[in-house]
Amino acid sequence: MRTKNLFPLLLLAALLAGPAMAAPDIDDIISQANNVAYYSGDDGRADVAMTILDNQGRTRERLFTILRKDIEEGGDQLYFVYFKRPSDVRKTTFLVHKYMERDDDRWMYLPGLDLVKRIAASDQRTSFMGSHFFHEDLSGRHLDADHHELLEENDTFYVIKNIPKEPASVEFASYTVWIDKKNFLPMKAEYLDKSGALYRTMEVLEVATVAGYPTVLKSRISDLEAGGSTVTRFSNIKYNLGLDENLFSERYLRRPPREARQ
Amino acid sequence: MMMPLRLNLLLLPCLLLLLALPAQGAMDQLRERLYADYGLDLTGFVETRAGLRTQNDDYADDLTLAEARLQLHLSKDVGWGIFKAKGDLLADGVVDRVTGRMRDLNLLFFPARNIDMKVGRQVLTWGTGDLLFINDFFAKDWQSFFIGRDDEYLKAPSNALKSSIFFDLINIDLVYIPVFEGSAHISGERLSYWNGVLGRTAGNDYIFDLEERSSAGRDSEYAVRLSRRISSMEVALYGYNGFWQTPEGMVVPAMQLRYPRLQIYGASLRNPIWGGIGNIETGYYHSSQADHGRDPLTRNSEYRLLLGFEREIGHNFTAAGQAYLEWMMDYKEYKETLSPGTPAKDEYRQVVTLRLTKLMMNQNLILSLFTYYSPTDKDGHIRPKVQYKLTDQWLLEGGGNIFFGADNHTFFGQFADNTNVYGGVRWSF
Repeated sequence: MRTKNLFPLLLLAALLAGPAMAAPDIDDIISQANNVAYYSGDDGRADVAMTILDNQGRTRERLFTILRKDIEEGGDQLYFVYFKRPSDVRKTTFLVHKYMERDDDRWMYLPGLDLVKRIAASDQRTSFMGSHFFHEDLSGRHLDADHHELLEENDTFYVIKNIPKEPASVEFASYTVWIDKKNFLPMKAEYLDKSGALYRTMEVLEVATVAGYPTVLKSRISDLEAGGSTVTRFSNIKYNLGLDENLFSERYLRRPPREARQ
Repeated sequence: MMMPLRLNLLLLPCLLLLLALPAQGAMDQLRERLYADYGLDLTGFVETRAGLRTQNDDYADDLTLAEARLQLHLSKDVGWGIFKAKGDLLADGVVDRVTGRMRDLNLLFFPARNIDMKVGRQVLTWGTGDLLFINDFFAKDWQSFFIGRDDEYLKAPSNALKSSIFFDLINIDLVYIPVFEGSAHISGERLSYWNGVLGRTAGNDYIFDLEERSSAGRDSEYAVRLSRRISSMEVALYGYNGFWQTPEGMVVPAMQLRYPRLQIYGASLRNPIWGGIGNIETGYYHSSQADHGRDPLTRNSEYRLLLGFEREIGHNFTAAGQAYLEWMMDYKEYKETLSPGTPAKDEYRQVVTLRLTKLMMNQNLILSLFTYYSPTDKDGHIRPKVQYKLTDQWLLEGGGNIFFGADNHTFFGQFADNTNVYGGVRWSF
């Protein structure tokens, strides 16, 4: 009974979807870009070196290893971060369970205190380790947090404008992303403030294909308003290591797995 | 004799820090060689701190803190386990002593796929409270906490065996401490305190003897935690069998303080709620030597409850509050056996805390405030602190410990003359 009733509906859906296939659908572009930027392989690891340049020309270094496991492609993810430098945060670990349907869970382990601290994670747009990268820049912004509009399609890029659905929850009025047409990597982003002025940029400076996945090796976020920028380099990148879901738990916060310490 | 040594001790930190200036490159080299040649991982810091009372104390010096400290932390992954050694060399100008103390000297190994075992000297923590402890009954160092040492030093190390067993359904942590050591309580050596025998505040002039609690076997401590995560919620059950960590009893006529026996049964829950993190923790403290309240010289059994909530209230600005209750059991017996003239404690002691943390200047400037206030004791403790990370290596810190109270016999009120300010410089490598 039911399948019979559904059949005309499916036919209608197929007919409606048909013409949309001709021009790339904006939702397809952004979800593909999201997958390429944050979901390559089933899991991955990278050593990350951040050089933070402040508005007075002073630099600070951050070194850490990041492990990631996808629960679902384009969906929930697990992140594990093991800090190496500066020395006052050495061996501190950070765990994120990223969810699509609710706020992320975040924990931090402070080895000096033997303390597993749970972190209230409401604001994703706060600096990661004092850098110009936000937590959201490292683990991805929820796609349904913004309205998306295809501004332009040229030979190289899809240019997409994103307007937040909840403007009060973020510091930008909109941001525009340049997505590379050949591999779907977001190569550049420009953030406009509420007065329409450009105040923040993200640029990918170096890309390579690692184990078949287009991968960012170097990127920079600049704060045009306050001055200063952070350059992030990724090295020792590996995909599909077969990381166990159990690694992303309190047990390994207290004793980081070898995959993170290497 | 005392003055020259004290002066030397105060010069030492300055020298150490001067040495640190050109040492950056050399230290990096040494570290890389240790790692390359021996697989040893080395970190540490050198720091100097000084603190002063902001008022006169009839029973203690003006100086609360004057010290230089070197901490070295070595670890080595030996394949089947991880060896860790962390120790402090402290030149303490307040008590004119140079001491070495290990905080960690342990081996972590994995006898089975789902078992982690740590043997040796280690710092232990669990539970959900923020500077209020119910089921975290591991040793603390309250003196360090009240004079402005780094928060790390509130947690005192224990010689222990900890095994953690991980199952799909539940995780079990078992801790065995063969010989009780207890927390570093306020003895009068450095901070003045309420002395019930004298009926007044006392300091260096009256330091109680402590009853020995050092026989292996009889004076052992056991602690257990069963925990699991259900979606985002963390639940745990706790048990402890040992002793009060601070001397909550007295032996007469020897006039010795003693650590009475104690069992704790507790539970906690932590879960995201209202855009932040909420927690509940509770515990029943069975003080078996209090004889159901009939022994006036031993602290009674009590029930403890804690509710906490933390959330971001602005950009890089976090607020956290807690409400805490200590409910004394057998209160009628306590009142009946209390010696005349001794101020009675409340049946329900309540404490609220507030923590505010603001990060500024690319998170290099950290402003924080932690406040304890007891509406029942009418006393409190305020801990403002400013930290500035001058570079990745240099940290400047300043803060205070403000104690106040309507009476001088309540928990925080007794420390009113110890209100102090402190400052420090740390170089990490």
